[in-house]
Amino acid sequence: MINWANFISQCFNGFVLGALLALISSGLTIIYGTLGVLNLAHGAMFMLGGYAGWVAYTYTGSFLAAVVAGSSFVMIVGVVIERLIIRHFYTRPHEDQLLVTFGLGIVFVEMVRFFFGSLSHSVPPPAALVGITHLGFMVYPTYRLALLGIVGVALLALYFVLYRTRIGMIVRAGIEDSVMVDSLGIDVYRVFMLVFGIGAMAAGFAGIVNAPVVSIAPDVGETILVQTFVVVVIGGVGSFPGAIIGGLIAGEIISITSMFNPGYSYVMLFVAMTLVLVLRPHGLLGTAGRE
Amino acid sequence: MRIKHPFLVELLTAVALILAPFVLPHLGFSPSTVNRILIWGLFGIGFDILFGYTGLLSFGQSAFYGTGGMFAAYLLTETDFSYVMAAIVTGAAVAGAVGYVIGLIALRRTGIYFAMITVAIAEVFFFVEFNPLSAFTGGENGLPGVPTPVFNLGFKVFEFNTDWTMYTFLAFWYFVGVVIALRIVRSPVGAILSAIRDNPLRAAALGHNVHGYKLTAFVVAAIYAGFAGGLLGVMQGFMPPDAFMFDTSGQVVMQTAIGGGGTLFGPLVGATVWLYLSDFFQNTLHLGATWKLVLGIVFVLLVCFLRRGIVGAIVDLYKVVAGRKRIEPAEASIESARFDAADIEPMPPSRRGGTPVSGPILQARGLTKRYGGIVANSDIDFAVDHGETRGIIGPNGAGKTTFFKMLTCEIAPTSGQIMFEGRDITGMGVSDVCQLGLTKSYQINQLFDRLTVGRNLTIAALGETRGKFRLDLFKSLHGVPGLNEQVERTAALVNLTARLDTPVSELAYGEKRRLEIGLALATSPSLLLLDEPLAGMSPSERVETVALLKSIARGRTMIIIDHDIDSLFELVERVTVLQEGRVLVHGAPQEIKFNPKVQEAYLGGVHGEMA
Repeated sequence: MINWANFISQCFNGFVLGALLALISSGLTIIYGTLGVLNLAHGAMFMLGGYAGWVAYTYTGSFLAAVVAGSSFVMIVGVVIERLIIRHFYTRPHEDQLLVTFGLGIVFVEMVRFFFGSLSHSVPPPAALVGITHLGFMVYPTYRLALLGIVGVALLALYFVLYRTRIGMIVRAGIEDSVMVDSLGIDVYRVFMLVFGIGAMAAGFAGIVNAPVVSIAPDVGETILVQTFVVVVIGGVGSFPGAIIGGLIAGEIISITSMFNPGYSYVMLFVAMTLVLVLRPHGLLGTAGRE
Repeated sequence: MRIKHPFLVELLTAVALILAPFVLPHLGFSPSTVNRILIWGLFGIGFDILFGYTGLLSFGQSAFYGTGGMFAAYLLTETDFSYVMAAIVTGAAVAGAVGYVIGLIALRRTGIYFAMITVAIAEVFFFVEFNPLSAFTGGENGLPGVPTPVFNLGFKVFEFNTDWTMYTFLAFWYFVGVVIALRIVRSPVGAILSAIRDNPLRAAALGHNVHGYKLTAFVVAAIYAGFAGGLLGVMQGFMPPDAFMFDTSGQVVMQTAIGGGGTLFGPLVGATVWLYLSDFFQNTLHLGATWKLVLGIVFVLLVCFLRRGIVGAIVDLYKVVAGRKRIEPAEASIESARFDAADIEPMPPSRRGGTPVSGPILQARGLTKRYGGIVANSDIDFAVDHGETRGIIGPNGAGKTTFFKMLTCEIAPTSGQIMFEGRDITGMGVSDVCQLGLTKSYQINQLFDRLTVGRNLTIAALGETRGKFRLDLFKSLHGVPGLNEQVERTAALVNLTARLDTPVSELAYGEKRRLEIGLALATSPSLLLLDEPLAGMSPSERVETVALLKSIARGRTMIIIDHDIDSLFELVERVTVLQEGRVLVHGAPQEIKFNPKVQEAYLGGVHGEMA
């Protein structure tokens, strides 16, 4: 027998996880769409955000400082690796790009392990958001509720940057045809750097705001990376709306399956991905040209 | 060419494997490290066939490594089955079967999609092994008590229960793995796999079933992984669940890249570096997990600066030291000056079709292609007779290339019908159409850049001699009847005989252009489409190529698109003029030259204004 209160609360969990995955996947997908590089270190960016935030939190005791530190640190890391390494791979085969970002991911994870050890750490939510909230039909942890709002605002901000600003217009044009954008006299390399930074920051931000829910450890990024891939395959590579829909679908599948048997949540995720691949090979909102 | 020493690599491998136990302990390798290196090396051979030879970067090999190992271990520990080798082989077969099913899904997409899907697959297997199937796999405990192999030959019992006896067991299977892999990469299938890596679209256009061959490579890699997984359980006496971890997939990828992909021995070298560093950092320097950080940095540097890995670098160095003789371009141009296409015996058209019949070989009715609101081709009726040479001209954007793409079935028409030799080919695939004897040389060169000229032509000729798909994995390329003659004849025809051993990337542009035509010719087409064969050629090269085209036109039907109207009119019997996606007029070259409508189209009078 299904316990309805439990079911609704799991749906909510799925919604929160989905929003988080949507944010992380948007970062991955705009990087791929604009630069043509699939960043296998994206999971490590999520992890770095959590750690940078945790370090800031231990010094300041402020959650806000942790969020700012986490996301801006990862943005800087993104910009630096784009400048130093990724830039030299734009003209190399996709396989080389995958190998180098995979290697970078390992370097980041092992560096964190080297400095902070393998044990997990946690960042408590801000005092105002501790406890539970009575929603009338169910009770729900206040921070998770707030998380939904925080991630929602971040997604809106990303949407605003992408669809309402000049730089966003250039990025979207670059997703369609970066050679053309280059020949229009726009310095695409500077745009690429910025996109890589913003994409990484989306993951870093998600990493720190999620830290009060799931504690941080050097290898938290791996699971997130795999889930992000499924989201992107379902939603369509290079599509921002696709990342959001894919994220929500994946979040609900994971949460609802977990209610019955957590061991099957990946199987169900995989079934969903296979179904999409068979019925719509380019993803729900992807287009044929973007590969 | 290594024909002089056909088994040199095998021999050297055997010698190295025999010497290893006497040498490696002095270098600080413990026997168990050496054994683990062999297992990773064997696992990596399969992965190298998939990644290094076929160009498919999979991050999901742990799924097959774990499946093969777990299946064998389950048979040996939880059932009455006690034949160790049979269990390992069964495990490998199961891994291969699983690989076939997974391959069907993962290979629906290429490039980064393929990589992402394989990552997801690996993760699914990990979770399934840990949870739903934990009753069979022991969950996080794995399966302990895997027996060591024992062979009773009646007069003597071989038991591989110590480190070094286990070494002989593993080294034997590694050797078998190398021999089989060498057979595969030297077979026609191996040649086609490397063609798929370099240019999958052209491989398909030359009549090969690209999807089928990719799936073959995927299954071969899965079998190797499954076999290596089985050996792991036997070696350790315990099948660990972490064989299924994503880290395992990552490790085989990194070891292969460190050692060098596309070499078969790269994974072994990479595993040696990996395990040696791991032992050295942990046991000698006592730095714990730092080795993985160091390895990660080494790996990133290697990918940045030494893309072909350690073995690749050694091979390159050897080539520089040995100073391989190369024919200088100057020499080659002297060669081409002496070339006279008329001296060469014309090549027969396809041997598939029966006797040539009169009447149209190709007929298109109402052929239309729309891209959204843009009409590229509109209601084209077109017929070419057997043995005819037809020219197609038209201003830029007239839809000539789109028309060719529809004829060769690279793109499907929005409406209309195409008949080739009396058969409806509308909606068929480009490989099937090539197999029927209709192929094209491309406007923009579509060659296999990393392969030699000879290998390029071989791949084209294989489409005709072997058909669309054949699993002759263990057959030598030299054993394919008629292949060498076909390659040599085509090379002579396009004047590239002196360049057969030269990699395509070192050819001059004109030579590449000739090879482009040669690829199409080597499939022995009965109808050959040439999309701007003269584009970008110097005047002298044009003269040469026109002579070449004349010689191949004998006994063959050809359709040629070109902007060099003087050369084209010299070649063809009839001309079709396309304009804005429609047929403007058909006719003999002389009629076309003086046709007012054609003149108007070319002088830009179409829109009522004079150019």
